[in-house]
Amino acid sequence: MEHLLYETTVFILAIFVGYYVIWSVTPALHSPLMSITNAISSVIIVGALIAVGPELFGISKILGFIAVVLASVNIFGGFIVTQKMLQMFKKKKK
Amino acid sequence: MEQNYSIFAYLISGIFFILALRGLSSPETARRGNVFGILGMIIAIITTLLLPVIENYVLIALAILIGGAIGTSIALKIKMTALPQLIAAFHSLVGLAAVMVAGAAFHNPSAYGIGQTGNIPTASLIEMSLGSSIGAVTFSGSIIAFTKLQGIMSGGPITFKFQHFLNAALGLILISVVILFCLHQTQNFFWGLSILAFIIGFLIIIPIGAADMPVVISMLNSYSGWAACGIGFTLSNNLLIITGALVGSSGAILSYIMCKGMNRSFFSVILGGFGGDTEIQSNAKVEQKPFKSGDSNDAAFIMQNAESVIIIPGYGMAAAQAQHALKEMCDLLKKKGVNVRYAIHPVAGRMPGHMNVLLAEANVPYDEVLELDAINRDFPSTDVAFVIGANDITNPAAKTDPKSPIYGMPILEVENAKSILFSKRSLGVGYAGVENELFFRDNTMMLFGDAKEMCESIINVIKK
Repeated sequence: MEHLLYETTVFILAIFVGYYVIWSVTPALHSPLMSITNAISSVIIVGALIAVGPELFGISKILGFIAVVLASVNIFGGFIVTQKMLQMFKKKKK
Repeated sequence: MEQNYSIFAYLISGIFFILALRGLSSPETARRGNVFGILGMIIAIITTLLLPVIENYVLIALAILIGGAIGTSIALKIKMTALPQLIAAFHSLVGLAAVMVAGAAFHNPSAYGIGQTGNIPTASLIEMSLGSSIGAVTFSGSIIAFTKLQGIMSGGPITFKFQHFLNAALGLILISVVILFCLHQTQNFFWGLSILAFIIGFLIIIPIGAADMPVVISMLNSYSGWAACGIGFTLSNNLLIITGALVGSSGAILSYIMCKGMNRSFFSVILGGFGGDTEIQSNAKVEQKPFKSGDSNDAAFIMQNAESVIIIPGYGMAAAQAQHALKEMCDLLKKKGVNVRYAIHPVAGRMPGHMNVLLAEANVPYDEVLELDAINRDFPSTDVAFVIGANDITNPAAKTDPKSPIYGMPILEVENAKSILFSKRSLGVGYAGVENELFFRDNTMMLFGDAKEMCESIINVIKK
């Protein structure tokens, strides 16, 4: 129970951080915002790695393997697309 | 002790993610932000790989290689006009991955330190159910959004009788399955609840029409974050909780901004059915009113002799891939001494910021692209408003007609410009199914045809 309270604290504080950080994002960059949040939400790969890691073979390992593949598609795809988009935003040449 | 190191490293990674989002506050810092994001991800992965529970690296390397290769090749090939469907597809993967991780934790709880098979604490079971069901909703919902955006499924809303009743009933069944799962801890209940959530995700997105997709994509973005949070609670991992909350609130704020841009409540978007049947009714109602139509010669003449032009792009520009031709046209006008700027409505296009990315792709400098609040006061002193592939977002009925479905929606006030050019395929109504009175004004000229061909043809006239 104690660690649930502790996790909830972290959770609620993170929502507040998210709230203020996201409102400061310029509307022109809302598309890159979607693709970068998409890439970083693939941090659930952390959970998937723990499932693939053990030597023991089982359902858990298969599920974990699929999850690592899916999350990797997202991580690589998400960051590259974001970079591609951001590269295009240029200022007027004076 | 090793555990403490990893907790600290995860914290660093979380901070990097916050800095990544913070970087997006301006285009100048945005690229650095993306690098922070990548660093945060690398730290998170390496930290996990160093945990004692990871014994075998072969399969992990293989999985990352396969996924990485697929992701990289998709990202390098993708066209910017296909961005909304790509983002939807990516969301679906996060959702499915969340389901898989929850399943993995259920089948091998000891690896995650949450008890033994058949003896998992109730709190962990609830967290697992949440992670898996939100993940499954994200997965199927995003697939529907993808098929609608890609044009595989009709973009119109699909509604049927008792739809909301069915959704509510399925929701209640889902809750009871979660309770049964917590009591019995069998895998049938786990997969049962995931499949139910999958069906619910499918059902809640099909009634939503294509032009409401900016809200839907943002909402699914938010869900993918909450799914990561659910997994974070299951694994007691702060990094996942922090990142999930960041992404969750990001998506929620974007949905809010999009709803405000349409002056519709979040619930009316979610309940769906907007803009489908009404379109046919009002089409039949349209009486023959006089309007002026012109060709590229007229348009080129009017714009060349103007002092200032404001371009208002909409989804039609994206659909016709007209952004490059548009940019070339504007460059020619600028050479003739015309002041050209771009005005972006928050809900123009199919995802938040869609128009900005397309204009950036065509090399339009971002300081010429202005948001609604920044440009609206400039319309009265503007000679020409050139509306390309947009309609509802310029309709003055939003301000004047309380009966109109778009009443209260903020619009780009092109009606105040001295003359208005509409590049459109037909006189048809927009997504909201409302007639735009601007079409019939004296100072409006309709330019019928494909947006890209129209721009190219105007270019040829100016060059002559």
